[in-house]
Amino acid sequence: MPGGEQLPILPVAVLLTAAVLAPIVGLVAPRATWGLAVLGGGVAAVTALAGALRVVAHGPQRYAVGGWPPPWGIEVVLDPLSAFTAAVVTGVTAVTLLTSGPAVLATGDARAPTFYALALLAEGGLVGLVVSGDLFNVFVFLELAAIASYALVASGGGPALAAAFRYLLLGTVGASFYLLGVGLLYAATGTLNMADLAARLADAARPLVAGGAAFVLVGLAIKMALFPLHAWLPEAYTHAPAPVAALLAPVATKAAAYALARVLLEVLRPEAPPVGALLTAAGSAAILVGGLQALRQTDGRRLLAYSSVSQLGYVALGLGLGTPVALVGAYLQVLAHAVAKAALFVAAGAVAARGGGVRVGALDRAMPRTAACAVAAGLSMVGVPPTGGFFAKWYLLQGALEAAQPLVAAVVLGGSLLAAGYVYRFTERLWVGTATPTAGDPEAPACVLAGLVALAVAVVGVGLGNAVIVERLLLPAARGAAGG
Amino acid sequence: MASLGSGTVSAPYAVAIALLMLGLYTMVAHRNLLKKFVGMTIFQTAIILFFLALSAKRDATLPILPEGPVDARLYVNPLPHALMLTAIVVMVATAGVALAILIRLYARYGSLEEEAIVEPPPEAR
Repeated sequence: MPGGEQLPILPVAVLLTAAVLAPIVGLVAPRATWGLAVLGGGVAAVTALAGALRVVAHGPQRYAVGGWPPPWGIEVVLDPLSAFTAAVVTGVTAVTLLTSGPAVLATGDARAPTFYALALLAEGGLVGLVVSGDLFNVFVFLELAAIASYALVASGGGPALAAAFRYLLLGTVGASFYLLGVGLLYAATGTLNMADLAARLADAARPLVAGGAAFVLVGLAIKMALFPLHAWLPEAYTHAPAPVAALLAPVATKAAAYALARVLLEVLRPEAPPVGALLTAAGSAAILVGGLQALRQTDGRRLLAYSSVSQLGYVALGLGLGTPVALVGAYLQVLAHAVAKAALFVAAGAVAARGGGVRVGALDRAMPRTAACAVAAGLSMVGVPPTGGFFAKWYLLQGALEAAQPLVAAVVLGGSLLAAGYVYRFTERLWVGTATPTAGDPEAPACVLAGLVALAVAVVGVGLGNAVIVERLLLPAARGAAGG
Repeated sequence: MASLGSGTVSAPYAVAIALLMLGLYTMVAHRNLLKKFVGMTIFQTAIILFFLALSAKRDATLPILPEGPVDARLYVNPLPHALMLTAIVVMVATAGVALAILIRLYARYGSLEEEAIVEPPPEAR
């Protein structure tokens, strides 16, 4: 394909261009910004997918931004892991942008262009940080996404304002820790390019590297809401407007988790072992505490937010174990959870659109098609075959047993039991209750349903197609990272 | 690139670390959101100072290169300055969003004290 060498940067360029166009289009036709966002998100997803296919066919793709060769210039890298993550982020976001339309347009013509400009900026930042091969560039994109996210969360007004401010304080501390760590690593090695830095680490001063690594990892752990640094997440995603929660919750923490994986496994490899045990422990604690907290919630969206804390624990646990099988589990969990959580938050949004909030049990038989998709996603969260969640947890279980850590294996299984509990609670009224009578048909609008069905199909598709994804992308990524 | 301590100026590091701690402490200890915000700004500024200290060398001058061969030891490292220019832009954008949120919080709750905001407002639905 001509111009294929520019594929790595293309999704970011498309999204940021669309973000700039959104307010301009909004001046003329505010409601058309939804179409623009869907178009931009769709094109980004297609180019990211094309990038992933190109990586499968031709191996890693590198692109020097502005023609400045690395390590001086900023490098954009598509390797199996970043191509996979970029495809996950853009693919899921394209669907959630589609489903956001009715709720966002209902807030009025004045707000839709702002919403979509911020949403596209946030997504562009997340994709940018995924494909970046430069530590400082990661910080810039991380903050681009974060600042847009704070504004999006705050747009809910009322309790969302306080939640957004807390998110902003903790997010900024996380980013600042990361930046400080990057400064120490730069002082130790004199470079910011990830590949170059990894190569120079062997002759660097150890105290500087250890300090830098600690700051970088803690900063990213805050951004990925890893227990016990997750305090911002439940508040932010409970009070954020429904379309914002659906847009951010599935992908924002995943991009940070990706950055953690990249820095930990590919840049700081020699420093990894003591950190690995800590990550496994934090991940295990996250699975249990997040799951128990989710069980106790009466607000449906807060339940989903705590379940995110729990499900992200699986990712951290897999990264901590660090064996190829466990890493495949962690990466697959990123995909499975992003798809399933997007479906659940979109369903929660559809419930909220009926009015009366999203109490646990508000999802009832009056909206059978929405409920069916939510149940499919819920089964993936629990890990019922043949959904994606089952295979992710299967690999993690295998990884834990291979590493001779029966306790960790027990946590993986226990987390599924907890998930069964909170997914049951979220869908309770479908099984034992009756539909609340509402005027008119409460079922979600067609575009929301289309997105939900796409996500539900993806939940099962990831499971059935997991062999292809794992063999072509995840196993090469995991082998490279584990040095096997 | 000189490592920490050798040939670099070390007093700024101490100041940077002191400011870092001060900012973090202010964020944790104060219950007023505006003071938390001030702490956050001090915290970010400390990191900027830290990066600039990295680039400093004794008796070095501005990195404007003449024609011909250059001795890198005679010039301040320009890269941290370029990085911090970007970090300041990020900081300003964060501050803008933070202050906008604070203004809306104050308009709604009439206070920026944490206690007044965490409780449901009087006109709760």
